Amino acid sequence: MRALALLLACLASIAAPATAQQAMPPAPYAYTQLEDPALEAEARELMLTLRCLKCQSQSIADSDAPMAGDMRHQVRTRLLAGQQPGEIRAWLVDRYGDYVSYSPEVSETTWPLFAVPVLLLLLVGVVLLRRLGRQASGGEVT
Amino acid sequence: MKRLLFFIPLALFLFLAGLFAFQLTQPKDEFVRSTMVGKPLPDFELDPAAPGLAGASREDFTTGQPKLLNIWASWCVPCVAEAPQLEALEAQGVDIIGVAIRDRPEDVARFLERYGNPYSRIGADEISEVQLEIGSSGVPETFVIDGEGVIRYQHIGDIRVDDVPRLLEELEKAS
Repeated sequence: MRALALLLACLASIAAPATAQQAMPPAPYAYTQLEDPALEAEARELMLTLRCLKCQSQSIADSDAPMAGDMRHQVRTRLLAGQQPGEIRAWLVDRYGDYVSYSPEVSETTWPLFAVPVLLLLLVGVVLLRRLGRQASGGEVT
Repeated sequence: MKRLLFFIPLALFLFLAGLFAFQLTQPKDEFVRSTMVGKPLPDFELDPAAPGLAGASREDFTTGQPKLLNIWASWCVPCVAEAPQLEALEAQGVDIIGVAIRDRPEDVARFLERYGNPYSRIGADEISEVQLEIGSSGVPETFVIDGEGVIRYQHIGDIRVDDVPRLLEELEKAS
């Protein structure tokens, strides 16, 4: 029994720093949806494509980190103030770079991402045409 | 010729496998750096983080003298570790303005009482708005702001003893 109490005390001391940053109530729009369903849908779509800076493989829609809550608050209040989702994404990209966005834009560093599939498709097209052409002209049949 | 062509996929596979193996052994930089370095500090105005302190705003950074902007919180453990280094910087005449993230006034007061107060002002950022405005992604972080209010340098994580000269150098460069 005493051992259990000791264990609990140890666990509590470990847990304390983790909860301390949640001592403050979350930002008003961290966990509260916007009243307008259409606007909230826009907010949700945007939040799913923004990276949580604290837990970097989650989106801010998925993360429970206090910082993700503060970012959701920014997204919702900015939409409410009439900003477009693109503007809000650009505002974050200006501050944290492309990494904060899960939806890649064509830029100096990302253009191969968009160019490579197109080039591959072109290559496939050329190979296919040559093969079919060869068959049609009664050449070697494989 | 035909035979050689068969080796292309294998060569490609080996190249990719080698590339992945190399990248996997490289240390990963887990910090998201601010892309605001070189840009002016965005406008903000924060209330004092505890009674008896001065709040912080953008105007406090446009006095012609370079300053440090320290993002911290009383609940942040590495902030305790960097407290002596902030004291040392203050002792060298550096003006440090704090921004306390998601913090309660009583917690801020207790922290300052226990670990000292190297700050000339501390603003309360209850919803991380200033933190997000300057591209900071954690606590603690320290920014060098020049006398015109332009962000010059970002230090991520707690300030260790050997980071102090670097910060002093960056402050020197900014003046």
